[in-house]
Amino acid sequence: MTSRREFMKEAATAGALALGAKDAFGMAKGNDARGGAKSKVVVARDPALHGSDGKLDAARVSALLDRAVSTFTGHHQPVEAWKRIVLDGGAKEKVIGLKTNGLGGKGISTHAVLVFAIAERLQQAGVKAGNILIWDRNARDLQACGLTINTDPNQIRCYGSDVSGFEEAVETWGSSRVRFSKILTRECAMVINVPILKDHSMSGVTFAMKNMYGVVERPQDLHANGCNPGVADLNAFPVIRQKIKLTIGDAMTSVYEGGPGFRPEHLWQPNALIIGEDRVAIDQIAWGILDKKRTEVGLKTLEAAGRPPRYISTAAGSSHALGVNDPQRIRLIEI
Amino acid sequence: MKKIHILSVMGVVLAIVAGGAFTGCKKKGASPFPASGSVAGWEKSSETRTFEPKDLWQYIDGDSEQYIQAGVVSTTTSDYKYKGQLEAVVDVYTMSGPEGAQTILERGRTKDASVIAVGDQGLQYAQSVIFRKGAHLVRIVAYQSNAETSNALAALAHGVEANL
Repeated sequence: MTSRREFMKEAATAGALALGAKDAFGMAKGNDARGGAKSKVVVARDPALHGSDGKLDAARVSALLDRAVSTFTGHHQPVEAWKRIVLDGGAKEKVIGLKTNGLGGKGISTHAVLVFAIAERLQQAGVKAGNILIWDRNARDLQACGLTINTDPNQIRCYGSDVSGFEEAVETWGSSRVRFSKILTRECAMVINVPILKDHSMSGVTFAMKNMYGVVERPQDLHANGCNPGVADLNAFPVIRQKIKLTIGDAMTSVYEGGPGFRPEHLWQPNALIIGEDRVAIDQIAWGILDKKRTEVGLKTLEAAGRPPRYISTAAGSSHALGVNDPQRIRLIEI
Repeated sequence: MKKIHILSVMGVVLAIVAGGAFTGCKKKGASPFPASGSVAGWEKSSETRTFEPKDLWQYIDGDSEQYIQAGVVSTTTSDYKYKGQLEAVVDVYTMSGPEGAQTILERGRTKDASVIAVGDQGLQYAQSVIFRKGAHLVRIVAYQSNAETSNALAALAHGVEANL
């Protein structure tokens, strides 16, 4: 476990080193991404992901994850890819968090089957079970994903910030004043973001960046003005910028309207995983996917509906420099 | 003697006031959630949770804003199970007036909605029922769908309506 002081020191060092650096997959990061390199986003689909009973096929989800991760990393062997992810994430022998999203309730939360598949691959890559921590806001959100609370340090752990608590100190970035979950600040060396793609009544889209609302004590304070600049500000905090290394987005089931809650009348199955390091690029792609579906069913685009996810361009702007939203700067690989 | 008489009168007045207040409280605080078995096949499968407007985000995140703008006063929710299989959630939003409930009902309406005779106005979808009654807005959502879902949700909606 890293103390808060130790973490801040590491984050500052990492921030300095990040200038001019590229990541393990040759992708430019942060300010660098604005210099010319493209951000890679993989959208992997399997139309048969849901069985005839409407339930996800665990084996197919695992296979889809392997295809997506292999494509993203360039490693043909998934286990080798995961070893690289762990190593480059600076998380060897350290705790790796899997941040889910269960706020929407049972019908529209990160699917446990995906979380289990990621945890399995991490273990095959040499990560001890006790060094895998599945987490979210609270027990109810995790249970909505189909997960079971477990605090046994010798097993894959699963609990929320209601167990860990929040830091006493209030951190400030831009207009945001937040207190972070101790799971993020003290427990995890690296976090894999596992959000679920949804329409959002205020922010337009909730996916990679918006999922970070679940790591602070009072996310409601960040919802003004369509969550802009709230989402961008929050993701700009060093602890998030540095520790969220990879997003494996769950777009297997989604709501294209009426979100972020469960609205079965607007449910659809994109049957996809969306993977990348650039959270801005991922959200930009996700926005396009949602709008495409909305158009297909005769709904207005999010822009026309008056709730475009403006936080995406804010996050891409020079004040935040969290990634790229220009489609010309995104290398989208659809498999 | 006079003192005893005054005390007696005060006692009667207090009893009447207390009785009235109790009756009022009981009616106002009565649960809208049908008890297990009171609607055929339905079991109440969780405790009732209540959210004040300032805490509603904990339940429905950013969706809370539209309810707050429509004048939500309190929100209660409970899970249900039908015949041990079909899972559903019942949300009861109590607004400051009927117009707030009407606003929310109409806002989410789609062409898939069919009218259902429950409350002052009701809409039914394949896996959900939403209706308003006075200042109450009720949303019942099933997590699964089978041949019985539609009729089962309608029955539960009537069960909730009877308690409002």
